[in-house]
Amino acid sequence: MSRRRRRTPAALVRARPEPAFEISLDGRPLPALPGQSLAAALWAAGVLSWRRTRGSGRPRGAFCGIGSCYDCLATVNGTPNQRACLIPARPGDAVTTQEGHGHAGLAV
Amino acid sequence: MPVSPSDTRGTVHDLAVIGAGPAGLAAAVTAAELGLTVALLDAAPRPGGQFYRQPAPGLGAARPRALHHSWGAFTRRAARLAAQRAAGRVHHLAEHHVWAVTRATADPEHWTVHAVTGPDGAHGPAPELTARHVLLATGAYERQLPFPGWTLPGVVGAAGAQAMLKAGLVLPGRRIVVAGSGPLLLAVAGSLAAAGARVPVVAEAGDYGAYARSPRALAAQPRKLVEAAGHAATLARHGVRLRSRSAVTAVHGTDRVEAVTLTRLDHDWRPLPGTGVRIPCDALAVGHGLVPQLEPATGLGCATRRTPDGGHALVVDGRQRTTVGGIWAAGETCGVAGAELAFIEGELAARSIAGRGPVGALRRRRDRLRRFALAMAAVHAPRPGWSDWLRTDTEVCRCEEVTAGRIQDAVTGLGARDGRTVKLLTRAGMGWCQGRMCGTAVTHLAGDPAPAPTRRPLACPIVLDHLADG
Amino acid sequence: MPTRNGHHLDTSDVVIVGAGAVGAACAYYAARSGLSVTVVDRGAVAGGTTGAGEGNLLVSDKEPGPELDLALLSARLWRELAAALPPEIEYETKGGLVVAGDEPGLAALRTLSEAQTAAGVASTCLPADRLRDAEPHLAPGLAGGVLYPQDAQVQPALAAAYLLRASGARLHLGAEVTAVLRGPGGAVRGVRTPRGDLLAPAVVNATGTWAGELAALAGVTVPVLPRRGFVLVTEPLPRVVRRKVYAADYVADVASDSAALQTSAVVEGTPAGPVLIGASRERVGFDRTLSVEVIRRLAARAAALFPVLAGVRVMRAYQGFRPYLPDHLPAIGPDPRAPGLLHACGHEGAGIGLAPATGQLIAAALTATPAPLDAAPFRPDRFVERSPA
Repeated sequence: MSRRRRRTPAALVRARPEPAFEISLDGRPLPALPGQSLAAALWAAGVLSWRRTRGSGRPRGAFCGIGSCYDCLATVNGTPNQRACLIPARPGDAVTTQEGHGHAGLAV
Repeated sequence: MPVSPSDTRGTVHDLAVIGAGPAGLAAAVTAAELGLTVALLDAAPRPGGQFYRQPAPGLGAARPRALHHSWGAFTRRAARLAAQRAAGRVHHLAEHHVWAVTRATADPEHWTVHAVTGPDGAHGPAPELTARHVLLATGAYERQLPFPGWTLPGVVGAAGAQAMLKAGLVLPGRRIVVAGSGPLLLAVAGSLAAAGARVPVVAEAGDYGAYARSPRALAAQPRKLVEAAGHAATLARHGVRLRSRSAVTAVHGTDRVEAVTLTRLDHDWRPLPGTGVRIPCDALAVGHGLVPQLEPATGLGCATRRTPDGGHALVVDGRQRTTVGGIWAAGETCGVAGAELAFIEGELAARSIAGRGPVGALRRRRDRLRRFALAMAAVHAPRPGWSDWLRTDTEVCRCEEVTAGRIQDAVTGLGARDGRTVKLLTRAGMGWCQGRMCGTAVTHLAGDPAPAPTRRPLACPIVLDHLADG
Repeated sequence: MPTRNGHHLDTSDVVIVGAGAVGAACAYYAARSGLSVTVVDRGAVAGGTTGAGEGNLLVSDKEPGPELDLALLSARLWRELAAALPPEIEYETKGGLVVAGDEPGLAALRTLSEAQTAAGVASTCLPADRLRDAEPHLAPGLAGGVLYPQDAQVQPALAAAYLLRASGARLHLGAEVTAVLRGPGGAVRGVRTPRGDLLAPAVVNATGTWAGELAALAGVTVPVLPRRGFVLVTEPLPRVVRRKVYAADYVADVASDSAALQTSAVVEGTPAGPVLIGASRERVGFDRTLSVEVIRRLAARAAALFPVLAGVRVMRAYQGFRPYLPDHLPAIGPDPRAPGLLHACGHEGAGIGLAPATGQLIAAALTATPAPLDAAPFRPDRFVERSPA
């Protein structure tokens, strides 16, 4: 290993992750590492938002990082309002940008 | 993984510990070693709480201590926990989100702990768990104060950035401004920089000079000074500038952060006109200290006290008893003071519950650290001028998208004079987070001179069916 | 706060104690009658039971009699108020749907609705096969229901706040009444607060569940007791429940005199998104501890009525204390035991709905003008006559 390697979180803790797998955001494939939360996998891919608010439709993503703020709510495999900062990524997970409450299909 | 129902159903534990952070971990291992049967319930998959969050095993981190201070204090207790689990004296119920604690119907001297399971609490109800004593070690979450642009993606909690880094080995950006107030900012900036982020500046709204004015409490804690010096050295090594009496008063960008405006503050945290400087960055990590997590304590009727930073913490006595018999508390929920004190209080509580001393030395260390925390909280406590950062269109409640202007209208035009009435009239604090993010701000804007802690009978959301079935 | 006992703070024609929906309506109609009005509350606007209610304006749950007459008058007045007040009060004429699980229940429901029709309540019977046209997410297998188009809803705290603002009354919030001032001959002449005295020849007790305490300050009794109810609040949803939908046994629970726990399914959407789930009734004093048994029952009954809700999350639970009087009728009008004191309290779970008619009755009494309906059944001193102790 080169001593001049770029500083990264993985380098800091000398991580040797198990092989990456694929998840998707709105159909776009993204890599994820075993044990990463969905939010972490999305951040690693440079994605900071995966929800639009139900009032003004503004983008939101992870904020508090510990499950308290609910800003990171995501629709995962069709189920809305899951906290992406708590849910571990699993191979094949399909995250779709959540619109508002995420329950448009229930409207009468 | 959750223990199977047969492990807990029908048995009455001597002690249920809620939260496996430093306080809960110390309490659980101490109590078990003193012969008590212990259930340790925690929302996370692994013990450690927010302070000792670790990468998942799949990430293969060979040196997790690089992201932590006092790592050994954790690993020693984690090893004791493993031993007690193996001996069957601790049931560690991971991924258990406790939503309430109530008096047991069968025996009013016992307590029933209600929880839902799974990483997000959606896997189903846990079997009701009964215990003779309950220790609340529910920790804290980050205090936030709103400012224009704080809802833009790329603005993240400082503690949130730290948590995402510790657990997921990720950063929200490459060039990250760190701002807010409180000692945590230095630790966060140090971690982010060590992990490869460029941190152009740490902006502290409080006045570091104030530390020099309360030297006694600080000098009594040489370890804390060494820790602070360590952070300072890390920051210096990474070329991070530290600016006191400064705050981010605006965030720029359309769909994500492109820059922030850093403004000098007066003593009361009012922005000084004409001092704004635009700093390009792609993320902002921001926070103003921590807020004790008071659920499920307030639902049980445990008394609280006002803290110097304007929040609330649980009242406990010299043995960590709350005002409700059989309910104990330790760590940040009794007042934010750090992991070292949390370990001590957890052990003190466990020894008290087991009726096995001596506790005098622990109590003296506890009291010394509490005094230190009070001095520190006073330096970083939000000053009232912060609300001058707001514009009328600044969102205060992130969940329900309630602006400062609407809150102001409810106060001046509709007769709101406390956080609860503002909530009823504007929906600020009525969303998913139940006011955990906006509560400090709403209380301040309501002008309530003596706010009561928010009542949240349900400590977390529960799938309706899981409530019905549980 | 410095105590300024005896300091004169203001003088008006009437002091209304209580800034909930009932106090706000009394202020509104008193002011419209030309009186100068002062409203005082120890807390904020809508700080008591108003802030804990769903804002129901119901005629469907009332049997023919004085309360239904009051509700019908109020329903008309709320329509007028909705036109006069800003849309923020979220007035919705959404209608109520009462459903029965079996044939005997449906028969009883029809009997009730026929009696209500005679009193002026509009309703339509829905057979089982038309229930889901009305409410697509209703559970299958129900026997049928009755639709009540006059049932409506407001956001109660906002309705009270805007009503109070429209009244133009002088507001003293955060000021607890510590004494009812009496003049020569015992006539009421105002109230005392730590900020000073609020003088008026008439004082209205609109303190809801706490009305007994204020009455005691005037030396009289009004036997209001708290009847606790829990409400569950779901995550924000699109409109999945169009009306206020409740099970037929709710009517019996409301009318019950039992102190024991009663729960029945009451489910409704809100313009803001969350679905509200009630209703429980129990007399346990002002006990604020969470009853897991109650909220489990509410959850189970709501999921049985609307299976679509089974998978959504409950974000919040809260409790309120309905002002209960033993005969389920409010106390409205002058109290002959304390000249100058009027009561407008004890509306149990219907205070928002009954507020406007209550306000009109109080205004009529204050101005000695004809009342819009017979107020005799609501006489505040009626309980004394029944049990001379």
